[in-house]
Amino acid sequence: MDSDEEEQRIPLSQRPEWSDVIPVQQDDGPNPVVPIAYKEDFRETMDYFRAVYISDERSPRSLRLTAEAIHFNPGNYTVWHFRRLILEALNCSLHDELDYIERFAKSNSKNYQIWHHRRWVAEKLGTDAATKELEFTKKILSIDAKHYHAWSHRQWVLQALGGWEGELDYCQQLLEDDIFNNSAWNQRHFVITRSPFLGGLEAMREFEVSYTIKAIRANPENESPWRYLRGLYQHDTEALISSLQIPSLCVEVLSAKNNFIFALSLILDLLCHGFNPSEEMKNAVQVLKNSDSQPSDLSLADTICGILESVDPMRKNYWAWRKQRLAAQGT
Amino acid sequence: MESTSSRATATQREQWMVEGQVFRIYELFGSIPRNAQTQLLELQRDNHIEYLTKGLRQLGPSFTVLDANRPWLCYWILHSIALLGDALDDELEDNVIDFLGCCQDVNGGYGGGPGQMPHLATTYAAINSLITLGGDRSLSSINRHNLHTFLLRMKDRNGGFRMHDAGEMDVRACYTAISVASVLNILDYELVKDVGNYILSCQTYEGGIAGEPGSEAHGGYTFCGLATMILIGEVGRLDLHRLVNWVVFRQGVECGLQGRTNKLVDACYSFWQGAVFALLQRVHEINDDKKNHTTSNLFEGEAIKEDSSHLVEYHEIGFNFLEGCAMEEPLFHSMALQQYILLCSQLQEGGFRDKPGKQRDYYHTCYALSGLSVAQYSSSKDFDSPPLHSALFGPYSNLVEPIHPIFNVVLDRYQEAHEFFSGLPH
Repeated sequence: MDSDEEEQRIPLSQRPEWSDVIPVQQDDGPNPVVPIAYKEDFRETMDYFRAVYISDERSPRSLRLTAEAIHFNPGNYTVWHFRRLILEALNCSLHDELDYIERFAKSNSKNYQIWHHRRWVAEKLGTDAATKELEFTKKILSIDAKHYHAWSHRQWVLQALGGWEGELDYCQQLLEDDIFNNSAWNQRHFVITRSPFLGGLEAMREFEVSYTIKAIRANPENESPWRYLRGLYQHDTEALISSLQIPSLCVEVLSAKNNFIFALSLILDLLCHGFNPSEEMKNAVQVLKNSDSQPSDLSLADTICGILESVDPMRKNYWAWRKQRLAAQGT
Repeated sequence: MESTSSRATATQREQWMVEGQVFRIYELFGSIPRNAQTQLLELQRDNHIEYLTKGLRQLGPSFTVLDANRPWLCYWILHSIALLGDALDDELEDNVIDFLGCCQDVNGGYGGGPGQMPHLATTYAAINSLITLGGDRSLSSINRHNLHTFLLRMKDRNGGFRMHDAGEMDVRACYTAISVASVLNILDYELVKDVGNYILSCQTYEGGIAGEPGSEAHGGYTFCGLATMILIGEVGRLDLHRLVNWVVFRQGVECGLQGRTNKLVDACYSFWQGAVFALLQRVHEINDDKKNHTTSNLFEGEAIKEDSSHLVEYHEIGFNFLEGCAMEEPLFHSMALQQYILLCSQLQEGGFRDKPGKQRDYYHTCYALSGLSVAQYSSSKDFDSPPLHSALFGPYSNLVEPIHPIFNVVLDRYQEAHEFFSGLPH
């Protein structure tokens, strides 16, 4: 409600259609803590809400009242819950409800209740709602491309209602806008692994590896594609350590002598999985050593841990712990 | 894909802006004289307590949007006060107990305010508030029997929990349910069944844990998921090494912690992510070599069975957890985190904020202080001996109370509650 509407608001006590209802005051007890200095219009709205909630009146006027209450406090899950009960009882148009939520979500999107409500409505509408839901989440994501609830909702829509066809393209587009958008990378993983239109992770792997390597080359400091790359081999370490492209990429990044922390970290993990490094790789690592650091008879993994302790001091303890664990793993 | 010389993306622009603000603070700090530095390094206890107590007594109309979260406001404020080593006067304590009593539903659980439906999150906040207050009157006010009924009603067939009747289901709901059940000694097989499977399905390819299966790895949910798995005795089923590798990279040049890859630092993650480290330090399964488990994250047969011969003392898990220590040093940079909390998040006039440029609030005050506690005690082998001077950023007077990292209540309150509820029937 903007200020114009506020000025025009007629108190419920003065509305004829509410004359038969006795408002119920909130029972905070005698000396409540964290008491909120409610404005009069909010207090009145909730007093009338309590009345119809307690009497379980599932009527059109109750429905309108829930909208008023929600406007004041979109976080009141009890009001949302009752609204759903009313919508069911009155068999209301759920398409209208989607429009209502959309108007509301623009300014209140960071709210669990809205998204849960939207999911409930969409579920009732079924597969017909798929397109609308994908459009809706797309709108929210165009404002905030990492909106957590929007992404969760979008994933639910795809799995429950369908619409997978354009999803990989959508991820591609978002990544072109911002290659650092980790939510888009996460969605890409989701699509690759679960879309009924694609062949599954193993079938898609080759293409995805090329795509990811390109992204890494463009910005080796970007953590997202490095994690995505590991994700492609999450359940297949054999394939990971047999890859030719990955060690090649790592050497390339090391040789640039800039933004190589993720490359070193990946090599370390490869070694821990039993990977056999080439001479070229060993040399590329040696070049990065400080002149005053470790003796040269240490294993490559040890050397890497030492370098990382030095160049990535925020994670000094982690690299020290990794080094300590090498002995236990026999690396 | 273009080279880095092209336009900066939204992520880069936002990140550089925050870095700029944070570095300006650190540089300014480094450039001022010693006595001015001392002021900035100090934890402003008095001002924080004033801010907190004021909120407990009265909140302005802008808090209407939190009218369904009042037990949270209680918890954020009470826990912060307890962390600062302070206490409420008896009258105010009684008022809290009475008020939360008004939020307790006759059929079990607590709502966001009097007359509101019971909700798992507000239940968690109410229980933790009452435990923080401590004492017989506070702890006896909880209707454990009805609460157990409520928790069971929230339980879903797939193992997860819904936040309220017909409400949303996610890892947060699992944590809030299991956490209160554990500390109140009402955790049983029926509640635990299949929770582990649900949480496992929420661990992502990145290594962190998401709110729902398929969503992005996120600090808040990672804390919830990890803490829950510990409480139900199934933490070894997670891919702990992948989890560790994800969480260590959540600490960036700003020194604070971020919630997700390539997102911005936020003081509240000082706890959500910080506590993940504290938990991992006590999880012995972290020392297991998972090298040979290439095809599956699941340890078959690790899930808890129902038959009494395999009975697990759920109530003791939380208590026994404090004794183990798998790692001496934390895997994150404790001093850097404390630096972010005190120099970038703390407001001199009282309260803490997300990051420079944001407003203070009770939520961030609670979790910044909780994170400060985690960091200060991160090198302590046990909680009986106080941390060394060298473990603290700023003067030793900055030391706050230790917490139980699974429940996030001050340790000696947890211990009192544990003893109180141990004696009671399930």
